[in-house]
Amino acid sequence: MADLIRIRDLSVRFYTYEGVVHAIDDLDLDIRQGETLGIVGETGSGKTMTALSILRLIPYPGKIESGSIVLFDRDSGGELELLKLREDRMRAIRGNKISMVFQEPGAALNPVYTIGDQISEVFLLHRRQELARAAKQRVDSLLSDGSGIASVKKPFWRWQSRLFNKIADEPHAIEPRLLSHVPLLRRLLGRLRDEAGLLTVNMLKSVEIPDPARVAAEYPHELSGGMKQRAVIAMALACSPELLIADEPTTSLDVTIQAQMLELFRRIKVDKGASVLFITHNLGVAAEVCDRVAVMYAGRLCEVATVEDLFLHPSHPYTRALLEAVPMPGKELQTIPGALADALNPPPGCRFHPRCPSATPMCQQERAKLKEVSKDHMVACYLY
Amino acid sequence: MSDWKFTARQLAKNPLSMTGLIIIVIFVIIAILAPLIAPTPEGHRNPYMIPRDGFFATPQPPSENHPFGTTQGQYDIFYGCIWGARSAFRVALVVIGITLLIGIVLGSLAGYFGGIIDEVIMRITDIFLAFPALILAMAIVSAIGPSLKSVMIALTAVWWPSYARLIRGDILQVREEDYIEASRGLGASSGRVIIRHVLPNAIYPTLIMASLDIGAVVLSAAALSFLGLGAPEGYADWGQMTEFARNWMVGPPGNPLKYWYAVITPGLFILFFVLGWNLLGDAFRDIFDPRLARR
Repeated sequence: MADLIRIRDLSVRFYTYEGVVHAIDDLDLDIRQGETLGIVGETGSGKTMTALSILRLIPYPGKIESGSIVLFDRDSGGELELLKLREDRMRAIRGNKISMVFQEPGAALNPVYTIGDQISEVFLLHRRQELARAAKQRVDSLLSDGSGIASVKKPFWRWQSRLFNKIADEPHAIEPRLLSHVPLLRRLLGRLRDEAGLLTVNMLKSVEIPDPARVAAEYPHELSGGMKQRAVIAMALACSPELLIADEPTTSLDVTIQAQMLELFRRIKVDKGASVLFITHNLGVAAEVCDRVAVMYAGRLCEVATVEDLFLHPSHPYTRALLEAVPMPGKELQTIPGALADALNPPPGCRFHPRCPSATPMCQQERAKLKEVSKDHMVACYLY
Repeated sequence: MSDWKFTARQLAKNPLSMTGLIIIVIFVIIAILAPLIAPTPEGHRNPYMIPRDGFFATPQPPSENHPFGTTQGQYDIFYGCIWGARSAFRVALVVIGITLLIGIVLGSLAGYFGGIIDEVIMRITDIFLAFPALILAMAIVSAIGPSLKSVMIALTAVWWPSYARLIRGDILQVREEDYIEASRGLGASSGRVIIRHVLPNAIYPTLIMASLDIGAVVLSAAALSFLGLGAPEGYADWGQMTEFARNWMVGPPGNPLKYWYAVITPGLFILFFVLGWNLLGDAFRDIFDPRLARR
């Protein structure tokens, strides 16, 4: 399978008062077309920062220090170096080609707008031309039908048709842009909003929300957690992204809803052919939805393998320890001794060596490079 | 249920906010219908100047021609109080309007972008806040010459920093919310994020403060007028009329309340105007904030 995203030598640092935090250190990772790649790791291991780097939304005082993230655009067939794009080009990618589902569905929705408003916004941001085309067609058909419009109003309708035509042809034309910034006059563009509303209802239907028209008119606090998460997923999927980043999307839901969400993610992948970057700390969930899994520890990649390979032949000592730590009935729970490496003063060499049962003197000095031990199975450890 | 219906019911439920609303509506009607309630005499040029009935210095008690009596210099108190409602609304709305505008723009820039922008804007507001407000306002009015316009300029100058601070604080809190990051993740620009997502969630405390402050602005304007720094003599302005009453607060020996009408009437107008806005301010909180409203 061809690559969709290729991350090379990515380093993210946080310049805090206490010192420099190495949130991500020389990360190499590929996301292939149409696959679900899971990233697992403890809290603070850099999972979320990896995702935010792809969107270039690292919060202050963090900075992407070096590296490259290349997006292989399915539609245009071109390669885009995301870290070197201008900010406005990047904005056109966010929510359009790459979009993200956040952990807390309740917190990811703006409390003062209805669900419909918020999903429409995505269409209005990225699908303006298509919306204008649809609006023009609607106006034209009403005009040619002729019965419903008083003849006095006809010039006004013709003007509307021309306006939408203009927006469809040149999205940055000055006239509609001025209009959209003037209150009251902005209502003339209301048809764009109506068209976006129609798309929104369809979108809500496709994430299996019952009675989508009613839900679109409701505020976030009127919905249950599962419904909110579906709405957030609908928002992320609105523009059929090539990559959907899901940051622990099931963590805050109860188990039955979790199962429904995982099913939904699986279906999305099949239906839309999108790649999914699935961030989780729950190995069970990862085993359920992912094709490949990457294990991160303290900002570094330990192991990348297909999901069967990882669970049947875990190679990195950290992966093994993680799998041991999954609770099983009739077995005493194994914990990993020690604590997560201090991000301010990380141990030299391999960051896992203070907690590693098979650490060698070599591990204390030099980190191991990612090595392919079998097909599609990479490990960063001196044991191999 | 539609938002408007809900708002109306919420208002009607609370007798205090209802009272505030009624008071303010009465004042609005007074201000709009001023020419009908207190017609300007023929040949009188500026309707905002109170017509006078002679030049006798001592205030005269209420009579048929002057329902509220006349104040020092025979200015008609009734006329002054009615047309004064217009001045009060003008001062309050202009000052609060400009203050809100400056406060929201500077506060959101400082709060949202942070860093050096925040530092510069906040230090400027600190400088303004370092002066005692009324004394700074007096200094400004004295410098540009006493008039109602100078009062508005001076009050705006001392009023905006607290708004900039308030809204900055709320924005600092809201910009950390997940839905702000989510909207950035969906490709919204900084301007769009601020206007559509940050401000609507951060602006309620500021709007509530603004509605409470409308009364306070009128009070401060009255204070400046009382000190002789406001509207010119004879201008229909409640503060200016209390300044007239300064000499007549205590009547002659043996009858200390002789000139009560000159003091009490404009004072009552100020009192009810401020009270009305204060009561309404609380009602606005319930109306403006959808998170509080539908619980």
